[in-house]
Amino acid sequence: MNEQEIWQALENVMDPEIPTISMVDMGIITGVKTNDSFTKAFVEMTPTFSGCPAIKQMEQMVQEKLLEIGFEEVEVRTTFNKPWNSNLITEKGRQHLKKHGLAPPPKHHGEITQELLENIECPFCGSKNVDLKTPFGPTLCRSLHYCNNCLQAFEQFKPVV
Amino acid sequence: MNNTATKELLYKMADDLLIIGHRNSEWTGLGPILEEDISFSSMAQDKIGQSQALFHLLHELGEQEPDTVAFARGAAQFHNCQLVELPNGEYDFSLMRHFLFDHADQLRFELLANSSYEPLAKVARKVKGELKYHVFHANTWVVKLGSANEESHTRMQAALNQAWNYALGIFEPSAYEEDLINTGVFEGEQALFDRWLTNITPQLLKAGLSIPPQDTWEPVYGGRVGKHTAHLEPLVEEMSEVFKIDPSAEW
Repeated sequence: MNEQEIWQALENVMDPEIPTISMVDMGIITGVKTNDSFTKAFVEMTPTFSGCPAIKQMEQMVQEKLLEIGFEEVEVRTTFNKPWNSNLITEKGRQHLKKHGLAPPPKHHGEITQELLENIECPFCGSKNVDLKTPFGPTLCRSLHYCNNCLQAFEQFKPVV
Repeated sequence: MNNTATKELLYKMADDLLIIGHRNSEWTGLGPILEEDISFSSMAQDKIGQSQALFHLLHELGEQEPDTVAFARGAAQFHNCQLVELPNGEYDFSLMRHFLFDHADQLRFELLANSSYEPLAKVARKVKGELKYHVFHANTWVVKLGSANEESHTRMQAALNQAWNYALGIFEPSAYEEDLINTGVFEGEQALFDRWLTNITPQLLKAGLSIPPQDTWEPVYGGRVGKHTAHLEPLVEEMSEVFKIDPSAEW
């Protein structure tokens, strides 16, 4: 068992709140390694938001997956060593968010502004004629928007620096 | 680094977040419109998560487990400023308190992102980005309601007058200001206060609201050393009810 295999296995562990995107594509797995005899896996992860209630469940899912592929022991740690920011979502991950009906977060350059939050595309029709309804949605990582073109409400995965 | 000084800083920050988080959660199910219900509930969740991250740092410095620290202390052992423990009142007061507190807290974490105490700097770099949304929210509503109509303006001005001296209490200097400043852990309450005033002034101007005249300022201190209003004890009792019945409960 090597590090490559850990990454591959984790590509199949989905975010419990957005099951179309893996934790790897979400960018929350910040490091993996094994011990010298390749029997134990170490995984470091970081939450999207510090109050994310799914973090314990995600640790558990990572643990189970790596035991399942043959590690004898797994250690998962959640830290802020490499804090998450929304630019860490992979290109594949951004496509998967759209499939779930979520607008991917606009790429930021170290600063979040109201304009950035409003300047997004509707995930259903691609229109930019959209309004921000509220920066707080059904989970900490989502905001609520309305598309004036296809007349549908939608959610955005919030940009975070 | 002076551990006692750092712990005092962590305790007051964590307690501010835990208590304001609890107050925010009291709007769940009662918000004036659905979006606001969700906003205050989300901010509650953020703040309690952030307090947990700070309680973890305290645990690493030798304090008890985060849950124990959060739920097993009495009101007099809390270091939050009195502003955050005041009852929610009407929506105008909750919004104004949220505005005054979150501007200060976001700035505090921005300063701490450069702290010489690296574990805290790491948490701060994360939290400051989250609090940005809280400040957006506060600015939007304070500006809107401050200038919407006569009733909303009168209410927001009254809320500002009522909250002001308590807000000044956020910046109650600790016994360790110099230690924290000299060791590069934190720039200190005075530096924070100056930046806060600079940031809130233009927003209040936009809202058409006036900061009370300076000769009436009387900062409400005491919270940082465990002196609280009568409102904190029932809050702590309620918050720790489940923990006290069964400390090992999981849900």
